[in-house]
Amino acid sequence: MCATCGCGPNSHHHDHSHDHTHESSPGKKVVDVEQDILQENNLLAQRNRGFFEGRNILAINLVSSPGSGKTSLLERTLTDLKGELSFAVIEGDQQTANDADRIHATGTKVTQINTGKGCHLDAHMVLHAVQGMKLQADSVLFIENVGNLVCPAMFDLGEQERVVVISVTEGEDKPIKYPDMFHSSTLCVINKTDLLPYVKFNVEKAKEYARKVNPQLEIIELSCTSGEGMNLWYEWLKSKVLQPV
Amino acid sequence: MHELSIVMSIVELASAQASRHDASVIEEIELDIGCLSGIEMESFDFAWKQAVKRTILENARRTVNRIEGRALCLDCNTDFTMEHLYDGCPNCGSHLSQIRSGKELKLRSLVLPD
Ligand SMILES: Nc1nc2c(ncn2[C@@H]2O[C@H](COP(=O)(O)OP(=O)(O)OP(=O)(O)O)[C@@H](O)[C@H]2O)c(=O)[nH]1
Ligand SMILES: [Mg+2]
Ligand SMILES: [Zn+2]
Repeated sequence: MCATCGCGPNSHHHDHSHDHTHESSPGKKVVDVEQDILQENNLLAQRNRGFFEGRNILAINLVSSPGSGKTSLLERTLTDLKGELSFAVIEGDQQTANDADRIHATGTKVTQINTGKGCHLDAHMVLHAVQGMKLQADSVLFIENVGNLVCPAMFDLGEQERVVVISVTEGEDKPIKYPDMFHSSTLCVINKTDLLPYVKFNVEKAKEYARKVNPQLEIIELSCTSGEGMNLWYEWLKSKVLQPV
Repeated sequence: MHELSIVMSIVELASAQASRHDASVIEEIELDIGCLSGIEMESFDFAWKQAVKRTILENARRTVNRIEGRALCLDCNTDFTMEHLYDGCPNCGSHLSQIRSGKELKLRSLVLPD
């Protein structure tokens, strides 16, 4: 049994519903449950969100297909903004600690979650990771999700912002092929713009698709390699950092 | 395959209900799965077969209500069927809309032996 969240085998039920039962046919009874299947995750996500808000921590969930550049974006950001903002990182990966090692090399506090076969992080994993981290108040927490544009979409982690990264080496129709992720994100980063001369990627088309799914989505084009556009990302980030009262 | 985690959550919720009612078996289960919920039914069925094995739901008869996606256009107030999240308003073409239904993911009811 886990002391802080009360989890343990078979104790994962926070059901407070008053259910209604009635006889259907003799020998059977119908239980009207009416429960949201994601309620467990959503409750824990709310808990995380409260924790972050109470400490003025900006939590950002980074999602993308494998290899779009989430870790590269973090490496560069953590290096460039060192001294300006304080950071911590949670790395979600199915197997290795490679990404966590890359973050560690920037001198930033990082915690690794290996999801094994799991294709996404959930609020419960984040809750436990955060418990072991001693996060500073007034800081930014990046959570790099498992590289997957489908599965992480449904799972609120308690983040304030969800950033979806795509790269110009992918199809520009990613937003309409994987609409759930773009629908639930607040910012879309189009990465690897240094490769635009070599690939057939129509940036305007990609933006148009993304805005069809989510008209409020902000979009920033950048290259983690050349540094072009990184200033826009930094401005966005700083605009989201809540000023301590 | 997030469908697998979803099925596992269903097994957990259903098992908890069954034990509250001292039932050792679930005869029927009814779910609402909206068409815009992000669940792919083929993967869901596949995950279901795997994940209910040797659980209280193994032999349960499953009913799934697919709830149609509907949205309200925030520009012209048209209420329309939304098949995909990128569908615009059929009246004015706007993509600014509010989803009214189709996101459901819900355990509606169970039938237990009395
Ligand atoms: N040319 C170019 N390559 C880039 C850029 N950003 C990242 N890459 C390369 O893309 C590859 C994948 O980058 P990562 O940062 O590991 O991608 P990721 O999204 O963290 O990958 P996963 O964690 O495996 O999902 C690496 O070889 C990077 O060097 C960029 O702006 N331009
Ligand atoms: Mg990575
Ligand atoms: Zn309209």
